[in-house]
Amino acid sequence: MTRNILVLSLLISAFLLGFSGNSIAAGGEEDKTSFIMHHVKDSHEWHFATFGHTHVTLPLPVIVYSGDRGLEFFSSSNFQNHDTHLFGEEYAHEGYFIDEHDHLGRVDGASFIEFSITKNVVMLFIVLIFVGWFALSAAGHYKKHGAVAPKGAAAIIEPIVIFVRDEIAQKSIGPQYKRFVPYLITLFLFVWFGNLLGLIPGAANMTGNIAVTMVLAVLTFIITNVNGNKDYWKHVFMTPGVPPAMLLIIVPVEIIGLFTKPFALMVRLFVAITAGHIVILGFIALAFIFESITIGIASTLMVTFINLIELLVATIQAYVFTLFSAMYIGSAVAEHAHDDHH
Amino acid sequence: MDLITPGTSLIFWQLFGFLGLLFILIKFAWKPMLEALEERESSIENALKSAETARNEMANLKAENEKLLAEARLERDIILKKAQDASIKMIEEAKDDATKVGAQMIANAKAVIETEKKAALADVKTQVATLSLEITEKLLRKNLSDDKAQKELVDGFVNELKLN
Repeated sequence: MTRNILVLSLLISAFLLGFSGNSIAAGGEEDKTSFIMHHVKDSHEWHFATFGHTHVTLPLPVIVYSGDRGLEFFSSSNFQNHDTHLFGEEYAHEGYFIDEHDHLGRVDGASFIEFSITKNVVMLFIVLIFVGWFALSAAGHYKKHGAVAPKGAAAIIEPIVIFVRDEIAQKSIGPQYKRFVPYLITLFLFVWFGNLLGLIPGAANMTGNIAVTMVLAVLTFIITNVNGNKDYWKHVFMTPGVPPAMLLIIVPVEIIGLFTKPFALMVRLFVAITAGHIVILGFIALAFIFESITIGIASTLMVTFINLIELLVATIQAYVFTLFSAMYIGSAVAEHAHDDHH
Repeated sequence: MDLITPGTSLIFWQLFGFLGLLFILIKFAWKPMLEALEERESSIENALKSAETARNEMANLKAENEKLLAEARLERDIILKKAQDASIKMIEEAKDDATKVGAQMIANAKAVIETEKKAALADVKTQVATLSLEITEKLLRKNLSDDKAQKELVDGFVNELKLN
């Protein structure tokens, strides 16, 4: 079984190498870097593969809101060269353009807000549907059969739910853990499936995008501080056991600490997932920089190996994000029995 | 799109997409699931508890049975011992009684024999006296000529009597 999977993943890697080959084979080392960064970053179109001069892409909707023109919808294919599929300021359409760095801009320079369905947004929808469908079909089992032994999707999700409830929520939050279990399970499943689906070749680096991790971190930050009890705020503004003069230093540090916690959450997930993608793409690019079969085989083996590690990282990062969220919430709701000598 | 600058579109869709997922799942997935889990856990716990109680009760019953059995055995032993003692005592009493009765009977028999003997002796004496009288009478009637002869005869008789 393990052997078959290994052989299969090798074949898939080699196959993908062939695909990605054409798009990165031409050009120098800088092109390889831009190929990797292009893959890791968000984009207005979903680029799958290039065969010679044929680009297999999915054009995505560009949604813009501006004060003077209202809400507008375009297709991203309007903003690019139809042959090379390159974006650029020269391909402006109805007053908007997408520059070569995939940034949307307005020709007259006026301000606007973008709500485009980018590659990562599509990926986000896929993950949301996947998690939602999975969880709802699992819940259907309990509705249909009551509190009996789980089967199907319920048998997969139940251990995860119990793990998040008992090992993460209960241990990190304490007696009030029940309120936060639904959020933590949703968080865990979202990050986990996002990480895993992002590893599928051709998929987008959604959980490795700072906007996604930022929103999740901000949600944890809001939940933490909204539920902060007297002890929590007392610890921030009147840290017990500290001489009054020291409070001048301690209180700003504590206030900064409130923000560094979600900031760490945001950066940790973003860096871990993006770095994994960059390493995998870097190994693939090696073969085209050296243009050698030996290095191609070696880098394919390495890509397979890194992919296996990334499967582990996907799970660990989901666990860590959930665990730290639970610990921050736990620190806010904990009932301290403060001693004077604390 | 930059690596470390969050894009507004992704922030917007992520925020509302995730919140939407969160609320749908809380209402339709996690609530029924967590409730079912808790229900199952509590029913398992109850089953375990009642099994434990039943086991304890069984153990109590067994212990009580053994206690009863031990008591019954003790009582049986006591009864047996009492019965044994009683029988031994009865046998001894019977023996004593028999000895006493035997001794009494022997004593009685001895007394009777003594009486009989005395009576017999008295009878013999009477008979001797009667015989002596008859002999005397006969001697007196038959042969009173020779005193010497008479005397010898009388002496002879008397001796004979003494021997008897």
